[in-house]
Amino acid sequence: MGLQRPALEAKISNLLSIPVVAGAAGALVVFALLPQIAELIREQLSANLSPTMAKLAATAIGVGAVVFLITQLPIFLIWWERKIAAHIQDRLGPMRVGWHGVLQSFADGMKLLFKEDIIADGADRFLFKLAPFLVVMGVFSAFAVLPWADGLVISDLNIGVLYVIAITSFGAIGILMAGWASNNKYALYGGMRSAAQMVSYEIPTAIIILSVVVQVGSLNLQDIIAAQQGGFGDFQNWFIFRAWGLNVIGFVSFFICGLAETNRNPFDIPEAESELVAGYHTEYSGMRFALFFLAEYGAMFFVAGVAVVLFLGGWSGPVFSGPLVFFLKILAIVFVQMWIRWTLPRLRVDQMMALCWKYLIPIAFVVLMGAAVLQVSGG
Amino acid sequence: MEDLAPKIIFWVFAALMLGSALIVVAGKNLVRSAFALLATFFSVAAFYVMLGADFLAGAQVLVYVGGILTLILFGVMLTNRIYSLELNTPRFQVVPGALVSAAIFMILVTVVRVTPWKQASIVEEGPTTARIGQALMNQYVLPFEVASVLLLIALLGAAMLVRRRTDL
Repeated sequence: MGLQRPALEAKISNLLSIPVVAGAAGALVVFALLPQIAELIREQLSANLSPTMAKLAATAIGVGAVVFLITQLPIFLIWWERKIAAHIQDRLGPMRVGWHGVLQSFADGMKLLFKEDIIADGADRFLFKLAPFLVVMGVFSAFAVLPWADGLVISDLNIGVLYVIAITSFGAIGILMAGWASNNKYALYGGMRSAAQMVSYEIPTAIIILSVVVQVGSLNLQDIIAAQQGGFGDFQNWFIFRAWGLNVIGFVSFFICGLAETNRNPFDIPEAESELVAGYHTEYSGMRFALFFLAEYGAMFFVAGVAVVLFLGGWSGPVFSGPLVFFLKILAIVFVQMWIRWTLPRLRVDQMMALCWKYLIPIAFVVLMGAAVLQVSGG
Repeated sequence: MEDLAPKIIFWVFAALMLGSALIVVAGKNLVRSAFALLATFFSVAAFYVMLGADFLAGAQVLVYVGGILTLILFGVMLTNRIYSLELNTPRFQVVPGALVSAAIFMILVTVVRVTPWKQASIVEEGPTTARIGQALMNQYVLPFEVASVLLLIALLGAAMLVRRRTDL
């Protein structure tokens, strides 16, 4: 007793943060032990089920784990982004809900859950409801080929890279659908801009991915990682350090294209607040809006993951290897994405298109040609 | 169970493909027709997967969903008076259309029934990507290059058409 109400609230929220922080630490431990856990589950399954059923069950467990990861990750990423934004702007950011605001995302999530699900009067109801699912599907299904460790991948596709480029185009269709079905001029403009942006930046992205594929000779993501293993400190053979700096250019271009494909600043023209209210998700509220948010953070994480696989050795890390190293490398890239968002101003539409067609595409072709020449000459 | 699953998947995708294709041709809402194409293209890719053509399936989704469908949607959405546009294809020429399609259907059924189909032995197909690449670069390099030049001409033509008059 004797505590004043604000102090009591602070105490309760601090106590509530303990399980959350412990949970995050536990998640890192699980990540570190992921190969062992997967091996254990695989043994149990093959002991109790027929081979086909065991494979099916293993895939189902893998899908469940990845979906759990990418639906829970935004809780952390949103809090992290708000903290980064605040510190870049010389503020503290969320501090009230939990220790240093770690419970803020939970509070916001609850708020979104309880919000009224509004569908505008003139909207095309069917397409309006379908659009967020398409966007989320495009991002989630791409995770199927992301390898977490040696032999730890949901689907070891031999056309992995092609699948990644192909399946992410569902997102563009979903965004166009959201923009059109909202029956709102801002939403429509936002959707069109976004789709135009994604389609344009897909070209340099694909060409730079191709430059790495040329150096490996395989479209399989595990093969790409295997080609980067070994060398000094387990990082000498990463593609970013190879081909005499050519791949550094490739990596930077790929990173810029990744920002554009996920509609992040400085390429967030589709949702430019000062021009378009909120772009394609202007009319969305509650959980449907949350789905777009989920897809955005999932896409950020995924693009960073592909960048790590292509240029930074994937799970084959500096000194250590495994899912935890992979995860931390992805978070490092995501950090740079957030850092850029809060320091660079937004581009104009014409500047954005000029950057893609006049600079990135020629650069991408130069990188591809260089990689091909080096490969043919045996470099 | 293990024999049944591929059949179920086949029929689900067949129904999805035909149903969405029906919406594309018979729908009254142009934008909805364009969006229905998504399911059609995707089901075709699913059939490629079931036939073991992995590269072709990826390329199908990449080219048709990522490229062509997006362009169609842009075209449709930029059309004037899209909201008041009444599509009247179903009401025109119902009888001749039905006759022609019934005739084509009969011809196809006859061809399927009369042709002496050869039963291929089921072989486990490996990855196809490398073989496609080698075929394109060796045996079919001329058609490949001709197609490339054709696409390049189309690109140049499009760029020429949208140039400002003052540049000419």
